[in-house]
Amino acid sequence: MSRDSRRIRGRSQRRGTDDSPLAGPSSRQPGEASGPVLRAVGLSRAYGQDESLVRAVDGVDLDVPAGQALAVTGPSGCGKSTLLQLLGGLDRPTDGEVWLGGRRMDHLGERALARLRRRAIGFVFQSFHLMDELTAAENVELPALLAGASPRTARNRAAGLLDRVGLADRARHLPSELSGGQRQRVAIARALVNEPLVVLADEPTGNLDSAATHDILRLFDELRAAGQTLVMVTHDERVAATADRVVSLRDGTLADDTRLDGGGTTRLGSLLNWEG
Amino acid sequence: MQDVALALLAKEPSHGYDLRRRLVAALGPLGETLNAGQVYVTLTRLEKAGLVVQEREDAPVRGPRRKVYALTAAGQERVAAWMAEGAGARADVTEFHLKLVAAAESGLADPLALVDARRRELIRSLAEAQHAALAHDTNSEAGLLLEGIALRLQADLRWLEACERTWSARAPRGKGGGKG
Repeated sequence: MSRDSRRIRGRSQRRGTDDSPLAGPSSRQPGEASGPVLRAVGLSRAYGQDESLVRAVDGVDLDVPAGQALAVTGPSGCGKSTLLQLLGGLDRPTDGEVWLGGRRMDHLGERALARLRRRAIGFVFQSFHLMDELTAAENVELPALLAGASPRTARNRAAGLLDRVGLADRARHLPSELSGGQRQRVAIARALVNEPLVVLADEPTGNLDSAATHDILRLFDELRAAGQTLVMVTHDERVAATADRVVSLRDGTLADDTRLDGGGTTRLGSLLNWEG
Repeated sequence: MQDVALALLAKEPSHGYDLRRRLVAALGPLGETLNAGQVYVTLTRLEKAGLVVQEREDAPVRGPRRKVYALTAAGQERVAAWMAEGAGARADVTEFHLKLVAAAESGLADPLALVDARRRELIRSLAEAQHAALAHDTNSEAGLLLEGIALRLQADLRWLEACERTWSARAPRGKGGGKG
């Protein structure tokens, strides 16, 4: 067994002793000397060939350390959604490597990849992708059950997470009985149910109004404070500005990489025009 | 205005009439309010400040003689400082636009590098605004102000996208004809 797969197993053992989803991944601190949670090396994805070759993602190198909230921005068609699909093992690169938790995942077989995705990655999509015929709680429980949790454990984790996202009183509702913002919060709870190494979100606020967007961004902020590694793709500058780091994608390549320390108010102060 | 005039002179010595023509070309309809007198007054002030010097006088076949101005060493220093300085979150669109035009014309700075630096500046300001907004009730007075600030910064960032597209299509290093 490789050192890397032991790392992942180590997590699931810890999980066995700690049933509470509220505990959060607090053992992973930013700056932990264990290398990046997610790493892309020369990552490329091309479609078509010869004249019609389109390089959707073209040689991206990217390290996402534990506990970082990373936003990937860029105009539509810049390749940012494709990049997220590659990072999440939903699509295969034509060249380059993807590493998750120290383990190379781009050349895993389909079954091993599906297993890794289920256990170690939480997905959040623009259009929620909830199962319409399942209640909120059942939607959250499902990935836990698929990953081998007992029904009781899955139920407990789902209840804890729905409470955490402020929907304890909506657990028995069907998605059709929830607002867009509530559905996305269910989707986020679902993404967290297996305590993933990383949450990948593709335009998570793309279908939401500004009040619901605020709710989701606050929730992401709480997750980040609890040490959750997060990668989100967004074309919305205001959403990107809530991250720790923003990378811009242009024509499939990284064009800019900016670190943010959003806590202060010095820049806001300079916007005031005090002339006394 | 002084900085812009200096930056345009950095490309080559020029007379007031030509400076005005280049400014109007860069400003479009906004430049129509710019009269020739303003340009000459600016040049005279710059000369008094020792930033430009009258290099020679052109005598066209027709029309009045034209004083051709060139940058002094102090003028060149000031242009370089203006190019390098951050515009600040409050800077208006026109000033930054003229800075890009002057940077490209004079070759003193890469417009795309200026766009990148400005984007970083704006996104950092927006980060502060957004974090503050998330900490406040949307319906509070503070929340309302923060919403306005965030929307304005977002608009500036979107305009920078357009700047980047245009200037990268023109720049030699640019990757024009993008696949996006």
